[in-house]
Amino acid sequence: MTDEQLLSLQKIANDIRISIITMLETAGSGHTAGALGMADIFTALYFHVLKHDPKNPTWEERDRVILSNGHIAPVLYGTMAHAGYFPLEELATLRKFGSRLQGHPDRLFLPGIENTSGPLGSGLSQASGMALAFQMDRKDNHVYCLMSDGELQEGNTWEAIMFAGHKKLSNLTAIIDRNNIQIDGMTDDVLTLEPLVDKWRAFNWNVIEIDGHDIEAFINACETAKSFKEKPTVIIAKTISGKGVVEIEGDYRWHGKPPSTEEKDKWVNELEDSIR
Amino acid sequence: MINKEAKLNPNLFDESQLERLPTRDGFGHGLVEAGKRDERVVALTADLAESTRAEWFQKEFPERFVDVGVAEQNLATVASGMANVGKIPFITSYATFSPGRNWEQIRTTICINDVPVKVIGNHAGLTVGPDGGTHQALEDIALMRALPNMTVVVPADSHQAYQATLAIAQTDKPAYLRLGREKMPVFTTSETPFVLGKAQVLYEQAGAKVGIIACGSLVYEALLAAEELREKNIPVSVLNLHTIKPLDGEGILEFVQDLDLVVTAEEHQVAAGMGSAVVELLVQNNPKKVVFVGIHDRFGESGDPVELLHAFGLDKNGIIKAIEENL
Repeated sequence: MTDEQLLSLQKIANDIRISIITMLETAGSGHTAGALGMADIFTALYFHVLKHDPKNPTWEERDRVILSNGHIAPVLYGTMAHAGYFPLEELATLRKFGSRLQGHPDRLFLPGIENTSGPLGSGLSQASGMALAFQMDRKDNHVYCLMSDGELQEGNTWEAIMFAGHKKLSNLTAIIDRNNIQIDGMTDDVLTLEPLVDKWRAFNWNVIEIDGHDIEAFINACETAKSFKEKPTVIIAKTISGKGVVEIEGDYRWHGKPPSTEEKDKWVNELEDSIR
Repeated sequence: MINKEAKLNPNLFDESQLERLPTRDGFGHGLVEAGKRDERVVALTADLAESTRAEWFQKEFPERFVDVGVAEQNLATVASGMANVGKIPFITSYATFSPGRNWEQIRTTICINDVPVKVIGNHAGLTVGPDGGTHQALEDIALMRALPNMTVVVPADSHQAYQATLAIAQTDKPAYLRLGREKMPVFTTSETPFVLGKAQVLYEQAGAKVGIIACGSLVYEALLAAEELREKNIPVSVLNLHTIKPLDGEGILEFVQDLDLVVTAEEHQVAAGMGSAVVELLVQNNPKKVVFVGIHDRFGESGDPVELLHAFGLDKNGIIKAIEENL
């Protein structure tokens, strides 16, 4: 990847962050921290990694993106709008009556959404079912499952981890947003997840750890994952919740609230100044 | 008298003449046939291949069979993913576990997603017997009929379970099929019509003021009750409400039109079960006196299936008692 390509992706991620902040302020409710923290990875996925066509969201040969932790919907919507799935203006309808942009993503409302989610812990098994069905049909669609670290506390998640490892679903890549926060505090205070790498390895997964804000590292990890044919791969992406807005970075209290109008104006100005 | 159009076994009232099979067997044969007719059909189980009869499909189509292990939440959600990319998955377990344990996964990933996963709840009702209250699903109809997009079917015998399996395989919607473990009399025939969502009048008498609306194992008992009451000069009609959702409003309202008393009979809690579905309809359209034969807010316990049904009043005698006390 050239410096120019990388800079272009970083600029897109920055624009998506501005969209996230703006839509959440307009909506008046929603989840800020996780959405901002995943902007780099969503950008890399939708603008480099994925085989997809925003103008033809039901294209048979597309890769599938399963968002398991549906509450970070603003980053999904922001990314999809910037990628051309729907007009940017529609982001202002987030969480409003009649909107296609439901508070948590709903497959029946918006083309390009592959799965309805919100209740945690069931995305990875849906992704596993897709990957298994593609293998049955000898199709080479790849399935990406985006997950939070907090939802690794759900039993259903571990059923899926065991299942995908057992079935050697190498056409499946899980991506964990390892930001260490959940609603009630830090994950390792609420219910410890470590040693996370060992746990996934023990369940027969290929594990790659990266800095979740290093777009190039994430793209390389996806390429490695796709070419690894023996096991499914999990990319544990170490992220900072609220990334891009220094005053809320790493603060779990921003899990589930939107910015005020003053905060939005300040943060958007800062982001607009950050990449020139 | 037996409704001739229902083409029931003419030896209906001589139990010794009837074959006895569990509804799960009818499902097992139906699933294999559905698999032959449509290659999108796949079967999943959660470590219960033999007793759910999913094994029969596995033998025929090993490459289209998945055992997820003892993991009912994964069972529902893996199936959701498969359905999302074009498969028609049948997920098999016991009703207490699926849809019992995995209800939220069924709600979110199957019903809100609106994908054609077919949930097969085996060993439902009291008739799982000796296993006791933990394993006797008496709430599953309630759990499933509250969900938008879900179809709910309770076949009356093994043959009807076969027909129902083929019928739900052909829809692009989620469905729940409730099955039993025990061998029960097979009184319908290959000529008996089966239309999803269409209640069947099985027994009708001129001037009947009493009607029984039954599902599952209680349908045969309702027929026995009607026959016995006929001999006592109490004319009673019987409706088999095999599809609880979508409810056949037209068929039910026509059935109850001239009745003074409606008795609903099911192997399920009376709260939010089949009888409740009937009452929701009647109270808005043609209120009637309704008596519920079912489980009245308690759990089951161990025992022989027939002994349990008798003790809980879920048999011919229980239905007759309910009618005679309320007429």
